[in-house]
Amino acid sequence: MSTETNKTSLITPFNVIAFVICSVGLYLTVLRFTGGLAAVSNLTDYNPWGLWIGFDLLCGVALAAGGYVTSSAVYLFGLKKYHGAVRPAILTAFLGYAFVVIALHYDVGRPWRLVYPLFWQQGPTSVLFEIGLCVFLYLSVLFLEFCPAALEWLGLKKLRNLLHSATIALTIMGVVLSTMHQSSLGALYLMAPSKLHPLWYSGYLPVFFFVSSAVAGLSMVIFEGTLSHRWLHHKMDNHYLNEHDNFVFSFARAASWVLLGYFFIKVFGIAADNNWKYLGTPMGSWFLVEMGVFVALPCLLYAIGARERNLALCKWTAALAVLGIVVNRFNVSMVAFNWQLPAAERYFPSWHEVWISIFIVTLLVLTFRFISTRMPIFYTHPDYQDEH
Amino acid sequence: MEHAFFTLQDFLTHTKGSVYILMGLALAGFVGWWRFLVARDEENHKNVR
Repeated sequence: MSTETNKTSLITPFNVIAFVICSVGLYLTVLRFTGGLAAVSNLTDYNPWGLWIGFDLLCGVALAAGGYVTSSAVYLFGLKKYHGAVRPAILTAFLGYAFVVIALHYDVGRPWRLVYPLFWQQGPTSVLFEIGLCVFLYLSVLFLEFCPAALEWLGLKKLRNLLHSATIALTIMGVVLSTMHQSSLGALYLMAPSKLHPLWYSGYLPVFFFVSSAVAGLSMVIFEGTLSHRWLHHKMDNHYLNEHDNFVFSFARAASWVLLGYFFIKVFGIAADNNWKYLGTPMGSWFLVEMGVFVALPCLLYAIGARERNLALCKWTAALAVLGIVVNRFNVSMVAFNWQLPAAERYFPSWHEVWISIFIVTLLVLTFRFISTRMPIFYTHPDYQDEH
Repeated sequence: MEHAFFTLQDFLTHTKGSVYILMGLALAGFVGWWRFLVARDEENHKNVR
């Protein structure tokens, strides 16, 4: 790990691109909050939920599942040797959820009223209320789980030790809350059986969403670790670097196992509703592509990668699996939603919506880089070397 | 040709029967998949011994 502060130029290709994205993103943000949804989006009464829900929220929450997956593996299932992977995963999850909430403002509007459903006018019979409550609580839990790294950086030892002692309790809360709202995001679509294509609609949608979130979490930890290895290698200590390959293989094996289960329960969903006849339709072909290319193929490639200890294959498969989760959430929320409407009335996001989503992701990456280059995320703080 | 169902019981018997058969196949598949996943580990352990 490099302890020197590198005095490099701020004008790098990454920074220039990020600056352009953020500048246009800020302009579109002003446009959104002054001109309303119609000024920047193609959302209509037929399609009130578009890219911001399908990508920013559904994908954001699923891909942030690495936090609960990794922390439960290490602290609840005792896989202490993967301890080095916890902090990057928790940081990714914390930022993922934080930016999900920020992105939600674009869709909902009137940010000052976001707390109303929690404190002023609850709807305890609503699935959406449960999701809101769980995301609110889980974001708080993730913040507390992330805090020890920030407190080590600030040198606040007493407060850091107090929070560190609550790790197990926070991990358990994280798993419980994640189980609840990851599945509830799927349950949201149970209210639209006539709008969602039968191949994607199922009474098991909450189970599909929860199980696929575990795949997303495992894959995202490998994917994020790969990118971090490429760009933040100098911030990693020997402990992290030594265990990195083994945790990639272990996570790949686990992801392969869970993907097989996910593949089977998706098939059960078709069998339970006797929807085989739809497989021969154009939408059925797309469903088969999703199942074949983005579920069965990563399952096989992960297994081969873990078995043959092929690091590159595991990392590429992680990217494919992450893409697969995005495709699945897009299918449920956009492609297969309102599938019976004529093409002219189908939803397609405007470039403003796409740009705002890219803007949010860019902000997340910049924040991740800011924190991980300053705080002990990929290395153990010198004062706490003996704790692991 | 698509199978015609005249009663709910027909439908449920058919779909639940299909799901139970698939579940049996899935359980067997899990065992086979696990053996495939850990086969190299077992070979390595044997070589170490």
